[in-house]
Amino acid sequence: MSEVLLEVKNLKKYFTSKTGFFGQPLEHVKAVDDVSFNIYKGETLGLVGESGCGKTTIGRMLVNLLHPTSGDIFFEGTHISELKKNDHKKFCRSIQIIFQDPYASLNPRMTIGDIIAEPIKINKLAKGEELEKMVLQLLDYVGLASYHRNRYPHEFSGGQRQRVGIARALAVHPELIVCDEPVSALDVSIQSQVLNLLKDLQDEFHLTYLFIAHGLNVIKHISDRVGVMYLGKLMEVADSDKLYADPKHPYTQALLSAIPIPDPMKKKERILLSGDVPSPINPPSGCRFHTRCIKCMEICKRQEPQLKEVEENHKVACHLY
Amino acid sequence: MENNPEINNLHLPDEIEVELEQAESRFKSMWYVLKANKAAMVGLVIITLLLFIAFFGKLLMPYNPYVGDLSKSLQAPSAAHLLGMDEQGRDILSRIIDGTKVSLRVGIIAVAFALSIGTFFGSIAAYYSGKVDMIIMRFMDILLAIPSLLLAIAFMTALGRGIDKAIIAIGFVTIPEYARIVRASILSVKESEFVQAAKVIGNRDSVIIFKHILPNVLSPIIVRATLGISSAILDTAALGFLGLGVQPPYAEWGSMLGSGRGYFFNAPYIVLFPGIAITITVLAFNLLGDGLRDALDPKLRK
Repeated sequence: MSEVLLEVKNLKKYFTSKTGFFGQPLEHVKAVDDVSFNIYKGETLGLVGESGCGKTTIGRMLVNLLHPTSGDIFFEGTHISELKKNDHKKFCRSIQIIFQDPYASLNPRMTIGDIIAEPIKINKLAKGEELEKMVLQLLDYVGLASYHRNRYPHEFSGGQRQRVGIARALAVHPELIVCDEPVSALDVSIQSQVLNLLKDLQDEFHLTYLFIAHGLNVIKHISDRVGVMYLGKLMEVADSDKLYADPKHPYTQALLSAIPIPDPMKKKERILLSGDVPSPINPPSGCRFHTRCIKCMEICKRQEPQLKEVEENHKVACHLY
Repeated sequence: MENNPEINNLHLPDEIEVELEQAESRFKSMWYVLKANKAAMVGLVIITLLLFIAFFGKLLMPYNPYVGDLSKSLQAPSAAHLLGMDEQGRDILSRIIDGTKVSLRVGIIAVAFALSIGTFFGSIAAYYSGKVDMIIMRFMDILLAIPSLLLAIAFMTALGRGIDKAIIAIGFVTIPEYARIVRASILSVKESEFVQAAKVIGNRDSVIIFKHILPNVLSPIIVRATLGISSAILDTAALGFLGLGVQPPYAEWGSMLGSGRGYFFNAPYIVLFPGIAITITVLAFNLLGDGLRDALDPKLRK
């Protein structure tokens, strides 16, 4: 496999949910609890999981919107806390994000042209006529016309707005783009357009994606490797084909069995999960999934399984293996 | 990606020219929206008229506002004295005209003072939250806990008398109101994704606050500020009444109300006309404020 672009080690993020009289934290929501993974140059790592499992929190930490409670992030081999001030700015530029809700992610008071030009201006990449050219180029890349640039966000459809969001992320020549459920707010017909655009851009600019989603078919379509999260933990990481063909973790198996098959004659055995996701304030002991797992064993209630490689490029955190 | 030769060779100059024209037309389109709003235009005309009166009032006054004729004291409105005479036999119309300058100055400067400082502290408190928020807002709460007029009097005794000091005192005691409104509005949009996006691309905090957050929370602030002009004028009157601020015999709408209120039952025009002057001024600012708010919102602009 190619070179590691980003390495995440034992990343944790706890949010304080209850404070005492003097502001001392009493209770934590363990949004992300000890997660490690690598992202390789040029690949797309998909991250799936139910709502509230911490996937968005990971994305926000990578772009510096949230600070990890503990853990290390290495970008191209350098620990991000050891970066000098100038390098830090460059690092921030290198990781950009595309947000989930295209209706909320664009400033309603700014024109599309200003929104796309802003990151270029801030990072002093171009000015004057060159800046104009870059904005027009970017609009062209994401499939918008040059006359769109003097319009305001409310004049666009969801898909078009998401294209603007993509252009804004592209404007500073990032290496890694965190796509935080970029298509889940869009119509199905528009979803594929935006996904194909993301794929084309990846080929053209050699981008690396961390693609966060809860739709398994979306992830399958775009990812090279997939990570499955549950309650702040990474349960299984594998190559996309492998994971879909041969899921190891009972949770992944249950998730995959829930994908509808577009053939009414075909019968498929479905694994139905009972119960709700436990509270991340007080996660179950041992394996976090044991309360809902159909293959739960005695050891699962006591000991937390570690993420280990069971096959080549296939890691699972489960006592079954 | 800027090295893509194909796109660099695009025929650009014409397009850029078009774009520049369009940018200029953004202000024009704002003006068109404002012009189409009849209420706002009425407000603008009244404010222009008031400013004209404030600057050229001396030429318009039918009588000297400070020379009274006690024999004509409390005379009802007549052809000679359109708005009647006050308790000292001075022409009310002339006094209202003379008072325009002071009242406008009090209203506008006090509000501008309170608005700018209140916005500054309110946005810092909301944006940085935590301890900064705690310290700033508790201090604002202390200011709010003391009746504002009492606080203004305390300031006046410390600063000394005079209209300029009254303006500062009134501006100062209304800071917490603006700080609270700005803080609350900012909290409502601070977590929006477009603000997060502005952070990710590397904006400085001050740019995020002034360019991305504040323009999106203008409505409540504009409404509060236009209403604030009237309370500033009335507060000045209260200070004047207590012997601070504007001193008699100087004509100021608020103090005219104050000194005339004893004659309310037998000569209502003494308080009626200065009151109407204040109402019209406030109304004009309010209408213009509403119109500005709409004109600044791209969603309502064509």
